[in-house]
Amino acid sequence: MTGTTTTWTRVPRPLALVSAVLAAGLTLAACGGGQSADEAAGGGAEPEGSGSTTEFDGTYDGPAVELSYWNGFTGGDGPFMEDLVTQFNEEHENIEVTSNTIQWADFYQRVPAAVQAGEGPDVGVMHLDQLPTHAARNIIIPLDDLTESLELTADDFTEEVWDAAVYEDQRYGIPLDVHSLAMYYNTEHFEAAGITEPPTDEASLMEALDKLQAAGYETPFWMPTLWPSHLYFLSLTWQNGGDPYGGDGSAATYDEEAGVEALEWQRSIVDEGYSPPDVAIDSQYQAFKNGETSITWDGIWQINDLEETGTPYGIAPVPTIGEEEAVWANSHHFFITTQAADDPDKLEASKVFLAWMSEQSGAWAGSGMIPARLSVREAGAMDGMPQEVIAEQIDSMRFLPPVPGLGGVQAEALEPAVAEAVLGSGEPAELLGEAAEQGTALIERNRESFGG
Amino acid sequence: MSTSAATRSEGTPISGSVVPVGTGRRRPARRGGGVDRAGITPWLFLAPFLALFLTFVIAPAVLGAWISLHQWDYTLPGKPFVGLENYALLFDPSSITFDAFWESMRATAIFTVFSVPLLLVVPLLVALLMNQAFPGRNLFRAAFFAPYVLGVAVIGVLWRYLLDANIGLVNYYLGLLGLPDDTAWTTSTPAVWVTLVGVTVWWTLGFNAVIYLAGLQDISKELYEAARVDGANSWQQFWNVTFPGLKPVLSFVTLVTIIASANMFGQSYIMTEGGPGTATRTAIYQIAESGLRNYRMGEAAAMSYVLTFFLVLLSLGVVMLFRERKG
Repeated sequence: MTGTTTTWTRVPRPLALVSAVLAAGLTLAACGGGQSADEAAGGGAEPEGSGSTTEFDGTYDGPAVELSYWNGFTGGDGPFMEDLVTQFNEEHENIEVTSNTIQWADFYQRVPAAVQAGEGPDVGVMHLDQLPTHAARNIIIPLDDLTESLELTADDFTEEVWDAAVYEDQRYGIPLDVHSLAMYYNTEHFEAAGITEPPTDEASLMEALDKLQAAGYETPFWMPTLWPSHLYFLSLTWQNGGDPYGGDGSAATYDEEAGVEALEWQRSIVDEGYSPPDVAIDSQYQAFKNGETSITWDGIWQINDLEETGTPYGIAPVPTIGEEEAVWANSHHFFITTQAADDPDKLEASKVFLAWMSEQSGAWAGSGMIPARLSVREAGAMDGMPQEVIAEQIDSMRFLPPVPGLGGVQAEALEPAVAEAVLGSGEPAELLGEAAEQGTALIERNRESFGG
Repeated sequence: MSTSAATRSEGTPISGSVVPVGTGRRRPARRGGGVDRAGITPWLFLAPFLALFLTFVIAPAVLGAWISLHQWDYTLPGKPFVGLENYALLFDPSSITFDAFWESMRATAIFTVFSVPLLLVVPLLVALLMNQAFPGRNLFRAAFFAPYVLGVAVIGVLWRYLLDANIGLVNYYLGLLGLPDDTAWTTSTPAVWVTLVGVTVWWTLGFNAVIYLAGLQDISKELYEAARVDGANSWQQFWNVTFPGLKPVLSFVTLVTIIASANMFGQSYIMTEGGPGTATRTAIYQIAESGLRNYRMGEAAAMSYVLTFFLVLLSLGVVMLFRERKG
């Protein structure tokens, strides 16, 4: 039941729970300490200086190696990645890649611990906004030499995707894809309400909602209180010309006018009766799949799930409610860990794997994602795919700034504030004011602990 | 028992004669060094448990105390010693952790206050009922115990959907019955507490009931007979025979239930994600959040110790309460 509902970046997951429960309380101590801590100290002492032993030429002819490859593709995207790995193994005699798929929520808790213990991945895929955190923790290594020898340049990628993988002047990730929020609509409802074109701005969205209500769909646009409500907020804030993190991620600025307006708009959808109040976890998406609501904004990674369920859906870019086109997006990046860097053979083989994968991002389009490389997109990798309409919007996609620990800041400060405002238990301006204050304090604290 | 046996061995507990494990199995004879043997045997019996206890309870507890004195992020090379700063921050109203932590302690307190009395009384009623002889008794016993077998993830997801304000079956059926059908069971206070306490009672009452039932069956039938001969009615029988007979069990159940309630985490993690806002983020939830998601192990360890402190106080209170009544 849950496996199909939210395949993605979603943070808390039931299965994460078991480990969390066990680790909580007193055992928490054990988790943080023991040998892993000592190794952490040792491992952390040599962050860089790995890599660049010999010039990378795209091939590996050393002794046979096994690479451990971790990713979080648990949804409809999983099989596509498996196929790619199988193909890679067939084409490379002396490299055997073993993949390990873990839900993203667990992934980010396990990777650091596992790499510290030397039992983790050699290569893997993580989200763009997680790269700085892991770079700061010395879990992953810089890949500048690799991108140079592969002649990967910013020209072939969206500037923001390309730049956001840089932390302290070094590049830590190679982009695989881009995925954003999108608007899904029920085609049957739209037909019944006489809507021919998906709405593109506030006026047409409101008109569509009124028409849907007139056609008997009483609550056509359920406003979530939890995931992915804060992604609505971020998108709308950017649309209003604001920036949730003051441009460079140095402070939380949710409470600027742009942000307050964004959150007030979210709440107004409930106040004006387009959404029922108190939408609980996941129910907006369930309701959409059941045909109880007509429009929902969710990630493009849901495409395969909707296809499987047989929901009569259409997909379009998130309408521009504010003044400029903007939508929250994230990106999957390949990384190499410090663990692989300890073994020159593994490091070399890892680079071969990354180079190969980067070229295959066209095949990856089948997973519902948008290939990160312009050349791949232009070669028609997405022709006829549902996400094609979203890909056209790629220049208006916005990414979180590369600041370590930002995920935690959002979960602690922003998400509860958004939830309370949409629930109607507080004023958006006031809630965002408090959240911004807390967020800024957290960012500053992070800067201290990461040695800024 | 074991400790008194150990102290009796007068000064030569373990070091003196390490008996190979093999001989222990041969049911050691009494002759020769009897006192020594008596000294080592209990330790041998204890050894497996003791090893686990030391490894998984004592060692982590000590290490946790050590961690709580540091700014401890296991992925970073530096773990500066900060003394009692982590504790100080928890008691400094201007720090960002202050509000988060004490709100979570408040959530834990609310949950404990409402769930513990219910979890003491309802299972007792169930146990009394299940102790009667009636057809299908085993079936009922199984039915009450069954939810306890399920994992928290299962019951969490199950009830999260059943109690969903907008797409849940519970509100749907309430509506059919003409009752209010718009209660936001998982997204508004105080309804969310009704949900969490209700689900927890449903889920765990079987465990307490089984303990009570065992206690009930331990009470000698003759006592009831004697009471009846003395003309006691069923209430008097309960108050004068059943209740005193259950006391040892009751103190155990009370302690275990308080600790379990104070450690509540999974239910709100799955059903409400700590919401609405952070209203149902319990202490353990906050500890997991700080320590595991945000890698602030030192702070989380300090929180654990503050929580532990309160739990110890509470447990002592319970022990005293039951001891006084005995006298």
